[in-house]
Amino acid sequence: MKPPDPLPEGDLLDHARVAKDANPATARKPSTPAPDAPISLYEKHTTVHPKRIDGRFRRFKWLVMLVTLGIYYGTPWLRWDRGPYAPDQAVLIDLANRRFYMFDIEIWPHEFYFVAGLLIMAGIGLFLVTSAVGRAWCGYACPQTVWTDLFQHVDRFVDGDRNARMRLDKAPWGASKLAKRFWKWTIYLVISFWTGGAWIMYFADAPTLTRDFWAGSAAPVAYATVAVLTGTTFWLGGFMREQVCVYMCPWPRIQTAMLDEKSLIVTYKHWRGEPRGSLKKAQKNPDKFGDCVDCNQCVAVCPTGIDIREGAQIGCITCALCIDACDRVMKDVGRPRGLIDYATLEDCEREAAGHQPRPVWKTLMHPRTLVYLGIWTAIGAGLLFALGTRERTGLTVQPDRNPPFMLMSDGSVRNSYTVKLRNMQGRPRQMELAILGLNGATMWTDDMAKDEAAATLTREVPADVALPLRVYVIAPRGTTSQDFAFRVTAKDEALGAGESDSSETHFDAPEPM
Amino acid sequence: MADKRIDQATNTETVGHEWDGIEELNTPLPRWWLWTFYATIVFAIGYVIAYPAWPMIDGATQGVVGWTSRGDLAKEMQAASQERSAVTAALATTPLERLDADSGLMRAAISGGAAAFKVNCVQCHGAGAAGSKGYPNLNDDDWLWGGDIKAIEYTLVHGVRQPGNDDTRFSQMPAFGRDGILSGSEISDVVSFVRTLSDLEPASTASQRGAGLFEANCAVCHGSDGTGLREFGAPNLADAIWLYGSSRQNITDTVHNSRYGMMPAWGQRLDPVTIKMLAAYVHSLGGGEDIVEVAEDPEVEVDEAP
Repeated sequence: MKPPDPLPEGDLLDHARVAKDANPATARKPSTPAPDAPISLYEKHTTVHPKRIDGRFRRFKWLVMLVTLGIYYGTPWLRWDRGPYAPDQAVLIDLANRRFYMFDIEIWPHEFYFVAGLLIMAGIGLFLVTSAVGRAWCGYACPQTVWTDLFQHVDRFVDGDRNARMRLDKAPWGASKLAKRFWKWTIYLVISFWTGGAWIMYFADAPTLTRDFWAGSAAPVAYATVAVLTGTTFWLGGFMREQVCVYMCPWPRIQTAMLDEKSLIVTYKHWRGEPRGSLKKAQKNPDKFGDCVDCNQCVAVCPTGIDIREGAQIGCITCALCIDACDRVMKDVGRPRGLIDYATLEDCEREAAGHQPRPVWKTLMHPRTLVYLGIWTAIGAGLLFALGTRERTGLTVQPDRNPPFMLMSDGSVRNSYTVKLRNMQGRPRQMELAILGLNGATMWTDDMAKDEAAATLTREVPADVALPLRVYVIAPRGTTSQDFAFRVTAKDEALGAGESDSSETHFDAPEPM
Repeated sequence: MADKRIDQATNTETVGHEWDGIEELNTPLPRWWLWTFYATIVFAIGYVIAYPAWPMIDGATQGVVGWTSRGDLAKEMQAASQERSAVTAALATTPLERLDADSGLMRAAISGGAAAFKVNCVQCHGAGAAGSKGYPNLNDDDWLWGGDIKAIEYTLVHGVRQPGNDDTRFSQMPAFGRDGILSGSEISDVVSFVRTLSDLEPASTASQRGAGLFEANCAVCHGSDGTGLREFGAPNLADAIWLYGSSRQNITDTVHNSRYGMMPAWGQRLDPVTIKMLAAYVHSLGGGEDIVEVAEDPEVEVDEAP
C-alpha cells in the first residue's frame, strides 16, 4: 500500500523542494499516522548513521578537518619572541592587560577597529563564499561540522560502519553494548575536554596555564570555561549533530537566503536520473528508466540524513559526500559520473534543456561574487594599510569642561586637560609633549612647580603604557577661544625615533569685552 | 454536568462544555509545572517567615533570621570605613603642610576631598569649584583670605563672617552710598578710579578725582595701589578677577551697598580629617599657593630648612 503524503507543505525539512516528483516510496518518509490515531505535527528524531565513503570530497573534508583542528589545537603553543616586556605567546588575547597579540602584531583596546574589520571581513567572506560555492562553510569549515565529522569517525572506529551501528542501536543493552558505549563516550569526553582545554590557552600563557590547571591553581573561570566547553562539545558534537544544523543554527536560514540561481550547490539531476529503477529493471527496459539506480547510497552517506534527490533543502550542508557515493556507483554500473554534482540552478536548466553547462570558473565569476570579492579585498587592503602605517606613539586629549576655562588674576586664561601619552613599544621611551598654535601659551602638570611652566615638557613613558597627565595650559591676557593642538614626539633614538602624533583640541576663553 | 468524552482527533478528554459546537480539550498542566508552582508557594511561606516581609500598622514583621537590608548596608559601611581606617589615621596625624611628602596619602586626601566637596560645597561653589557671582572661584589664583593649604583649612574650619565663632574670617566694608559717606558723584568718581586700576577703562578727570577719594576712604583696607589686604579679606582691585562683576553698575552697587559674603564654619559640622581632605582638594585645583610664600612664622622657616 502506498502511504499517503499528509503534510506536503508543512514538513520543515522538505521546504524549498525542487524535485517534487521524487519517488515517494524512497523519499524521506514523513510520519504517517494510522487514520484514527492522533495527528502529530512533529517527526520523531531518528539517529543518522552515515556510511563510510571515500572520494575526492571526502578527502578534501579530511584535509579541512586536519588543517582546522590543527590550527585550533596548536596555535596557542606557538612561541614568539617579543623581548622582556611582552608575553612570548604568538597568539594571545590578554584580557587582564587588554592586549591582543598576534605574531608581530599587538592590538591595543583603542585599535579594536582591526578586530571589527576582521569580523566584517569574516562576514563579507561568508557572503563571498556562499555566493560563489554555496554553503561551503556549512559543509566543510563550520566547527559543528568538523567536530560532528570527528565524532562520526569515532563511532566508526568503536562501533563499526553504518549497518553495524544500526544493529547495535537496536540491540538490547548487554555487556558488549555497554562496553562499546562506555568506550565511545569516553573518547568523546577526551576529545571534548581537549577542545575546551585548547580554548582557554588562547587567553593565557599556554605552558603556565597547563601547569596551573593540573595543579589546581588556575583561575576559576578557566575551570568553568573548560567544563562548559567540554559539556557543549560532548553534547552538540556527540548527540545533537545534524539537529544543530537543522533546528538550532541560524546560518542555514541566512545562507540559503544568500544563494541564487548562480550559486554552486549540490544538485541531483533529476532529468537525468528519473524515473529511477534498479539495475535489473533498467536492463530489462533500457528506455524506460533514468540513470539513478535507486541504490540509496547518497542517503546512506549523508551526515544529516537527507535525500538529496528531493532537491535543495535546509538540511543539506553541501558537504558533497553524496557526490562521492553517487560517482562511485555510476562508475560501477558504467554510467557517466555527475548524476549528483555541484551545479548552479541556471546550469541545471541549461543542461536539462540539452545544452552544455558552462565551465565552473565562469559560474564563479558572476557579478555578485565579484562585488563581494571587491568589497572583501578593499577592506582587507585597508586593514593591511592601516596596520602597516599605524604609529606606536599615541596621544589622546580630553579638555576639562567644568569649568571650561579659568581667568587668572593677571588676566591670563587657564584651561586644563587630561592628556594620555601612549607608548606602544615594548620598551620605555622619552616623550615630548608640545603645544602647537597657541601663541605664548605654556603648560605645567600637577606633578611639577607652576613656575616651571614651559611650552614643551618631557616625560619617560614606561613600556606598553598610556601615561595620564593632568596638564594646565595658560595663555596670556587677551587670548580668545580657538582651536589648537598637542603633539607628542618620541625622543627615543633607537626605536621609532621622531615618531609623533598630534591631537586637535579647543582652548576656551572669556568673551572679549 | 455535561458529559465528558474523548475527542477522536486528538485522543484527549474534553472538559464537557460546548458552545456552538466548539469543545474545549482537557489538557492539564504538566505535572512538573504544578510541582514547581507548589514549590514556589512553599518557598514564599518560608520566605515570609524568615525575612521581614509582612506590612503591619507600625512597620513590618521582623523575620526570624534577623536580616535587614539596612543591616547589610550598615555592615558594608562599617567594612568600608574599616578599610579606610589606615588612611584616615595617617591623615589625622600628618600635618597638612607635610601631606605632599607622601604622594599616595596626598592622592587619597584629594580624592576624599573631591567626594566631600560634592556633598558639602557644590551648592555655592559649583560642581567644578568655579563658583559664580558672589561665590569665589576656587580654581583661580586669587584668594581673599590666602590660598596656601593652611589658610584654606582655616577658612574651612572657621568659615567667613560666622556669628558666634570668634575665630571666623571677618571683615566689613562700609556701605558708602547707603550710609551717606560718599555722594553719588563721588562714588562714580571712585568707580572710575577703581576701574583704571585693572585697565578696565582709561584714566580720566573723573578717575583723578576718584584717586583722592580712594586714598581717603578705601586705601586702609585695599591698599593705596588697590592690591587688597588678606588680613581684612579685602579683595585685590588691581587684578582681572571680580567676585561681584567688573561692570560700572556692579562696582557702583558694591560701593553703594557693600557686600557681605558668608561661608559656614565647617569645623562645627565636619570632622578634622574631612576638612583636611577638603583643603587638600581645593588646594589641588590649580590655583593653590605654596605655603612658603606666605609663611611669616619663622618657625615654619626653620621647619622647611632641613
